[in-house]
Amino acid sequence: MSKSVLLVGTRKGCFVLESEDRRDWAVRGPHCENWPVYHAVLDDDSGTIFAAAASEWHGSAIWRSADLGETWEHSSEGLGYPDGDGDLKLSKVSNVRPAHGRLLVGAESAGLFESTDGGKTFSLMTTLEGEEGREAWNDPAQQPPGHLGLSAIIPHPSDAERFWIIVQGFSLFETTDGGKTWAPRNKGLRRDWPADYEDIGFCVHKVAPASDFERMYQQNHVGMHRSDDGGKSWTEITEGLPTEFGFAAATHPHDRDTFYVIPLDPGHGRTMPDGKVAVWRTRDAGSSWQQLDRGLPQENAYVGVLREGMAIDDHDTPGLYFGTSTGQLFASTDEGESWSQIGGLFPGITSVTYASVD
Amino acid sequence: MAELHLPATLPPLFPGLPRELDVDAKTVSEAIDRLDERWPGFRDRLVEAGPALRPHINVYVDRSRGELDTELAADSRVDVIAAISGG
Repeated sequence: MSKSVLLVGTRKGCFVLESEDRRDWAVRGPHCENWPVYHAVLDDDSGTIFAAAASEWHGSAIWRSADLGETWEHSSEGLGYPDGDGDLKLSKVSNVRPAHGRLLVGAESAGLFESTDGGKTFSLMTTLEGEEGREAWNDPAQQPPGHLGLSAIIPHPSDAERFWIIVQGFSLFETTDGGKTWAPRNKGLRRDWPADYEDIGFCVHKVAPASDFERMYQQNHVGMHRSDDGGKSWTEITEGLPTEFGFAAATHPHDRDTFYVIPLDPGHGRTMPDGKVAVWRTRDAGSSWQQLDRGLPQENAYVGVLREGMAIDDHDTPGLYFGTSTGQLFASTDEGESWSQIGGLFPGITSVTYASVD
Repeated sequence: MAELHLPATLPPLFPGLPRELDVDAKTVSEAIDRLDERWPGFRDRLVEAGPALRPHINVYVDRSRGELDTELAADSRVDVIAAISGG
């Protein structure tokens, strides 16, 4: 019988939660020597956990564990920009994705690194040289808070040469040739600010593809959007949600029309509207939305959830999990109908991912 | 041999690395290199591109603030300090 594993990245290390029934969870951690962890995932092929972490003292590294967190190693060999390569400086690694036998790592300044030896060494794949807006997104003064740089990597499940990346505050890009060339994928997105380029300057927070990778959902700084052509064009589907702003999102693994998002107040607060914790769900691809809050705090709950802070599992009746930036972890085993708090009180949560382990 | 004192945050990253050890080196950078040879990846934890000491890493040689190119005497004491940082 397989067991469920949740990897919880926090500002003070990575935690590993295990459960046989998705209700009772055993917690181990903090791992990674309490370094701030921006993203942690389990590679289904190798069974290795990878965590993208950045210490204010000791710099950035990818941590890895081949035994579900019992022992850890770290490496940053090759994670850096060549001396003299403009003003690029690696301040953090913000996203890590295993796919097709390799490991992709996103960093700030915006760059994409690759490891083909299981996270022992890395090589620079691209810094998007020549793309419009590159000077601006590598200028810390023009970056959004968080300074994540290349904040997301979305590999295509069957085509190793095709994947999407997000440059925080500027654009979704797609490559179909393994990172040699890139196309902005922002057509139809809204932006409420002036921009220097027609195709660049869109604040893409989160892209969550359906299993077919043609249907995609996007939580943007301004609005929820849907694509039915693999990100080539987008249609806004915000109507019916309490706010247009948020970070975390998840798509149902078996139903492309079902999608979950956690709306937040868009101002300085960036917490749940009215101090009530809720996840919102559409079952019709964004035509209508339902508020899901049974079991969630409904009074004085001014918490937020970051862009990698929600996960969905692949059970027949999927479970959902989200962690707040103030350290509470919530779970549902019934597609979001009801929720309970699990695990304990954690440091601020940056990332929640799910894996099933035999 | 210079006497090297390391912050508590480093030994957990490198099995077998002690807090205090003697190193035969002519500069701070060379001392770090000697340790990197025994514990691969050590240099990356103290040194960033440039090369330069990481912003929150301070090195004192015989109680004076040092940099990577600071020279070491045979009996120098080198203190590597992880500065106050974070919250």
